[in-house]
Amino acid sequence: MSDEDRPDELPQGGGELAQVGDPVPDPGLPEEFPRPTDVDPALERRAERQVVAAFTLATLLTLGFCVAYFAVPEDKTLFGFDALNFTLGMTLGGALLLIGAGAVQWARQLMHNEEIVEERHPIESPEEDRETALNMITVSAAESGFGRRKMIRNSMFGALAVLGLPTVILLRDLGPIPTDEELRQTVWAKGMRVVNDVAGTPIRASDLEIGQLVNAQPAVLVPTGNPQKDKAIGVLQGVELLDAKARAAVILVRMVPDEITPPPGREDWGVNGILCYSKICTHVGCPISLWEHQTHKVLCPCHQSTFDLADGGKVTFGPAHRPLPQLQLGVDSEGYLIAMGDFVDPVGPSYPQMERD
Amino acid sequence: MHLPLIRRGPLRRVSSWRRHRLAGFAVVLVALSAVGGVYAAFTPDTATADNSQSDLVQEGRKLFLVGCSSCHGLNGEGVLAGEANRNYGPSLVGAGAAAVDFQVGTGRMPMSQPGPQALQKKVTYTPEEISALAAYVASLGPGPAIPPDEYTDISGISQEQLTEGGEFFRTNCTACHNSVGAGGALPSGRFAPTLRGVTPRHMYEAMLTGPQQMPIFSDAVITPEDKRSIIAYVKAVEAQPDHGGFALGGFGPVSEGVVVFLVGMASLVAATIWITSHGARVTDKTAKASTDSEADR
Amino acid sequence: MTTSPTVHKPIEDTKTGQAAAGPVKWLDERIRLATLVKVFGRKVFPDHPTFLLGEIALWSFVVLLLSGTFLTFWFVPSQGEVVYNGSYAPLRGLEMSEAYASTLDLSFDVRGGLLMRQIHHWSAMLFIAAITIHMLRMFFTGAFRRPREVNWLIGVTIFATVIVEGFAGYSLPDDLLSGTGLRIAEGLMRSIPIVGAYISYFVFGGEFPGDALVARLYIVHVLLIPGILLALITFHLILVFYHKHTQWPGAGKTNDNVVGPPMLPIYAAKAGGFFFIVFGVTTVLSALFQINAVWNYGPYNPAEVTAGSQPDWYMGWLEGGLRIMPNWESTIFGWTFSWNIFVPGVLLFGVLLTLLAIYPFVERWVTGDDREHHLLQRPRNTPVRTGLGVAGITAYGLLWAAGGNDILAVWFHLSIYEITWFMRIAVFIGPVIAFLVTKRICIGLQRKDRNIVLHGFESGIITRSPDGEYTERHMPVGPAEAYRLSEHERVSVAALPPEVDENGVRAPVRRVDKVRAKASSFYFADVVNKPTREELEEAQHHGDGEHGEIEAGDEGFTGVTETGVPKSS
Repeated sequence: MSDEDRPDELPQGGGELAQVGDPVPDPGLPEEFPRPTDVDPALERRAERQVVAAFTLATLLTLGFCVAYFAVPEDKTLFGFDALNFTLGMTLGGALLLIGAGAVQWARQLMHNEEIVEERHPIESPEEDRETALNMITVSAAESGFGRRKMIRNSMFGALAVLGLPTVILLRDLGPIPTDEELRQTVWAKGMRVVNDVAGTPIRASDLEIGQLVNAQPAVLVPTGNPQKDKAIGVLQGVELLDAKARAAVILVRMVPDEITPPPGREDWGVNGILCYSKICTHVGCPISLWEHQTHKVLCPCHQSTFDLADGGKVTFGPAHRPLPQLQLGVDSEGYLIAMGDFVDPVGPSYPQMERD
Repeated sequence: MHLPLIRRGPLRRVSSWRRHRLAGFAVVLVALSAVGGVYAAFTPDTATADNSQSDLVQEGRKLFLVGCSSCHGLNGEGVLAGEANRNYGPSLVGAGAAAVDFQVGTGRMPMSQPGPQALQKKVTYTPEEISALAAYVASLGPGPAIPPDEYTDISGISQEQLTEGGEFFRTNCTACHNSVGAGGALPSGRFAPTLRGVTPRHMYEAMLTGPQQMPIFSDAVITPEDKRSIIAYVKAVEAQPDHGGFALGGFGPVSEGVVVFLVGMASLVAATIWITSHGARVTDKTAKASTDSEADR
Repeated sequence: MTTSPTVHKPIEDTKTGQAAAGPVKWLDERIRLATLVKVFGRKVFPDHPTFLLGEIALWSFVVLLLSGTFLTFWFVPSQGEVVYNGSYAPLRGLEMSEAYASTLDLSFDVRGGLLMRQIHHWSAMLFIAAITIHMLRMFFTGAFRRPREVNWLIGVTIFATVIVEGFAGYSLPDDLLSGTGLRIAEGLMRSIPIVGAYISYFVFGGEFPGDALVARLYIVHVLLIPGILLALITFHLILVFYHKHTQWPGAGKTNDNVVGPPMLPIYAAKAGGFFFIVFGVTTVLSALFQINAVWNYGPYNPAEVTAGSQPDWYMGWLEGGLRIMPNWESTIFGWTFSWNIFVPGVLLFGVLLTLLAIYPFVERWVTGDDREHHLLQRPRNTPVRTGLGVAGITAYGLLWAAGGNDILAVWFHLSIYEITWFMRIAVFIGPVIAFLVTKRICIGLQRKDRNIVLHGFESGIITRSPDGEYTERHMPVGPAEAYRLSEHERVSVAALPPEVDENGVRAPVRRVDKVRAKASSFYFADVVNKPTREELEEAQHHGDGEHGEIEAGDEGFTGVTETGVPKSS
C-alpha cells in the first residue's frame, strides 16, 4: 500500500486504520495443529480408503448411467416418475457428487494443508511504469501529429462517428412502422359471425343460458375445410391467424337484463342480456375468462385486474386503467350472433399514440 | 288330562318356552311378519317408472325438508335474508337434477358453515338419497339432467378427441383451474378448486350447471361430445406420471422458486460450509490421549 | 504444526516429470508456460464458506454452457407451424410451432433429453440465485470498496444480463406460460413513452405474436449474451486474481497480506471438487424435481392462459410490482403515459440497477474514505449499510411475494385483493421497519463485542461480596479473539468546517458539504466504536481483584462456551 493511503490526519468522517496495537496488538497467525489424519496412520489410511471408495463408486455409477440409457424403456415409471429420467439423473448426479466429495475430502484430510501468507502488492502500477507509459503516449501522440493536425483529427472523428448511422439504419427492416389503423383495428366487421373458439360453430342467442360464458372468435379465423373456399372468403391461417386472434378474441356472457347497466349509447349493444366483450385485458394483454357469474365480474389471472361486465366493463380493482372494450352484437337472418362492427375502443394494452388517431 | 303328552312329547319345548318372559314379544313379531309377508305377497308389483319416480320424488322431498329447506325454502323457492335481496339460499326451481347430483354428491351441500364459498367435504347422503333429492329438485322445474353414461364414460376416447379436449380445456378452463387442474384464485377468498379426484360425471355436471361462481357451459355451446373430450383430457393429465420428478402440486414457477432456494441453494451452501470447514484438529491434549491409546494397543 | 513434506523430490527427477519434460519444453518455447505457473501456482485463496458463493455461479455457468449445447442439437428455433406426432399423446395431432414441437421431442423422444432440459433450467435458476447471494455478500462485507469498484460494476452488469438471458431462454419453447410472459413483455414495451409501439413492432417484427421472435431470441440467448457473459466473467475473475481475494479480519491477517491455502494443490482440488458438487446437485435436482413442464401448458395461443401464471423466480419481483401498482394512466398533449405499467415494469428495474451501481461511490462520498481495503467488514460494524441492505432485501422480498399473490391466496385461503392491498402498503413500511430493526441489532452486537474486548466473556458465575454486592466473573478473552473483534476501524462523523476561519475570513460552507455532513451523521452517529487502548487498560485494572477474572483451572473451571456457559470438563 502506498504512503498516500496512510493518512496523516483523519479523513473527514471516515475511519482510522486499525493502528498496530489499537487497542489489542496483532498476536500473529494462530498455531496450526495437525489433523487426526496427520498423526494417526490408521486414520490416514481410512481417509484414503474413503476417497478411493468415493471415486470407485462414482465410476460404477457412471457405468450405470451408460447401461441405464440403453436398458431402461422410455415408458416405464418408477416412484411415479419417468424411470429413465430418474435413473439417468441419479446415476450421473451421484457420480458427479462423489467425484466432488472425493476431491474435497482428499484436500481436507490428506493433502498438506498449511496456510501460507502472501504479501499484497500495490494495485497501481509502479511510478516508473506510469512515467514510461505517459512518456510513450506523449511521444506517439507527438509522432502521429494527432494534436497538431486538427483537420485530420476532426475529420477522422466525424467519419467514425457517422458509422453509427448504418448500424442503426440496417436495423430498420426489423419491423414495420405501425400505422394507426393497424394499432386500432381488429378483424371484426359488421356482419361477421361470432363463433365458438376451438369448435368454430356459430352461436344462437337461445344457446346461452343466464350465467353462461362462451369463449368466442370471429368467423374469419375458422377454416371451412375447403382450401379454395377458405381463400375466397379470406380465412386467416398460420401467423396471421394468431396475430388476429391476439386482438380479436372475445367472450360472450349472458346475464339477467335487469342487472345490466349499459353505458350511455350502448343500450342496444346486447342481445337478450347477452353481451360481448374483448377477451384481451387492457393492462398488458393476457386473455381473460375468469368470469364469476354471480358477481358479473371477470378477473384477469395475470395481475388480477377486475372488470364489471354488467357495468360497461368498468375496472373495479387492479392495475388496468381502461374498461374492457365491448363489441356491439346483433343477430343475422338465420338467428346467429354477429358483430355489428369493429371495436370502438382500443383493444389490449395501451400505447402512446392511442388518443391521437 | 293331556299333561303327560306335554311333559314328554314334542310340544314339551314349546310349552316350557311359553312361560319365557320374551314370549309375548316373540308372538307379536311372528304375527307382524305373517301379516306383512302376506300383504307383500298379495300386493300387486307396481314398480312402474312413474310410480317409483314419484316414490323417489316423495322420498327426496322428505330428505329435502330435513336437510335443505332451512336455506332453500320449504318448496325450494329460496330464502332471502339479510340486506339487498341476497339469497340466504338460492331458489332451486330450474336447478335441475344435475346440480343436485353435483353439489350433494361432492359434499358441498349441505353447506356446513357460511364462508366465501361452499367447500368440498364429506358426503353426507348415500347415492340412493342423492338420487331422491335430485329427482325432487328436478320435479320443481325443468333443469339440466344427470348426464347419460355415454358422455361420462371416457374409456375408448379417440386420439383426435383427446387432443381436441385439451384445446377446449386450455381455452375454457385453465384460466380458473390451471393447466393441470390444480385450481386457482378468485376474488375475495373464493377459489376454483382442484379437479384431481373429481369423477367424470361430476365434472360434466359442473360444466353444465355452473356451480357457485363457475360459469355455465351449456350443451348447446360445448356439446356433450366436447365435454366428454375435455373430461378425458383432464383425466389423462391426472393419470400421467410426473415426468421429470415431483410436480410440486403443479403450481409452476412459484413452487420451483421455493425448491431452488430451500433445496438447491441450501444444499450448495451446506457444501460450501463443509468444503471450507477447519475439521478436527489434534491439540496437545487430544494428541496425548491418542498417543496414550496407541500405547494401549 | 504440520510442515510441507521436507523431502521434496524435484519434479524433473520423477518418472512423470521426465516423461513430460519434452512436451512441456515445447509449449514453453511457444507460450511462456513457466511464467504462468509461477504467477498462479501458489496463489493464496482465503478459505471461508462465503467466498465460494461466486463459485457456485461460475460452475453453474459452465453447466449451462454444456447442457445448453446439448439442447441446441435438437431444438428448432422456428415459429413455423408443424403437426405434432411424437410420444406425448394428449398433444398428438395438434398444430404447433416447430420450437414447441422440438421441445416436446427433447422431453419425450430423445433419451436423456428431459434430464438435460431440466439440468439446463435448474442450473439457470441456481446461477441467478448464487449471483444474487454473492452480490449481497459483497455488499454486506464492504468488498466493493477500493480497489474493487470496477469489479462490482462488472458484477452488476452480469446480474442484469443474466436476468435477460434467463427470460429469453425460457421463452424459446413457445409454450403457453412463457408466451403469456412475452405478451406481458409486449405490453411493457408499449408503455415506453412516445416510442413504445414502435419498439414493440421492431422487436416482434410486426404485430404480436408474429413469427420472428423465437428465432431472434435464440441468437440473443445462445450467442450474443453468452459471449458477453464470457467476456464479463473473464474480466471479473482476472480482477479477482489480480487484486487477490479479500479476507476476514483475524489474528495474523492484515490489510497488506493474504492468508490461506495455496492454489496448487489444495485450492484447485477444492474448487475443482466443488464444480463436480455443483453439477451433481443440479443433476440430482433434475432427477427428483420437475421443472417447466411445457407439455402441460400447451403451445402458445393468445386466447389461452393458465391460472397461476408467473415468470421464473428472478422476475417475480417485477411481476409483483405490476400486480400491486395502482391503475394510473394519463394523457399529456395527446400522448398516453401508462404509469401503471411503465413504473413497475421498466422503471423499477432501472432504479434497482442504478442504486446497485452507484452505491460504492455514494458510500465513498459520505465516508470520505478512499483507501484500499482488503479486509472485510463484519456487517455489524456498518449498521447503516447493513440496515439499508436488509431494507432493500425486504422491499425485494415483498414485491416477490406479491408476484405470487394468487398462489398465496390459494395455499393459505386468503383474499387476493387483501393481499394486494397489504403489499401496497407493506412495500413502503416494511423496509423502513427492517432498516430500524437491523440497525439496532447491529449496534447491540457492537456493544456486545466491545464488552467482550473490555471485560472478557460472561461466565455465568456470580460472586457475592461481603457487602452484598453481586458481580459476575468474566473469562478473559484470548488475544486472537480480542484482536479479531477489534480489527475494524474507528469511525467518526464528519465535522463541518467553521463558517469563519481563524483569520475572520468568511468561507461559507457549500450546500453539498452540508448534505454530506448530514449523510455522514446518518451513517456514523449511532455507531458503537471499539474501545481505545486507555479504556482497555482501565477496564483490566478495574477487573483486577475486585471482579475476579477467572483463570482456567480455577476450581475445575475449564472455560466458557461462546455464549458464556461454563464448560463441563
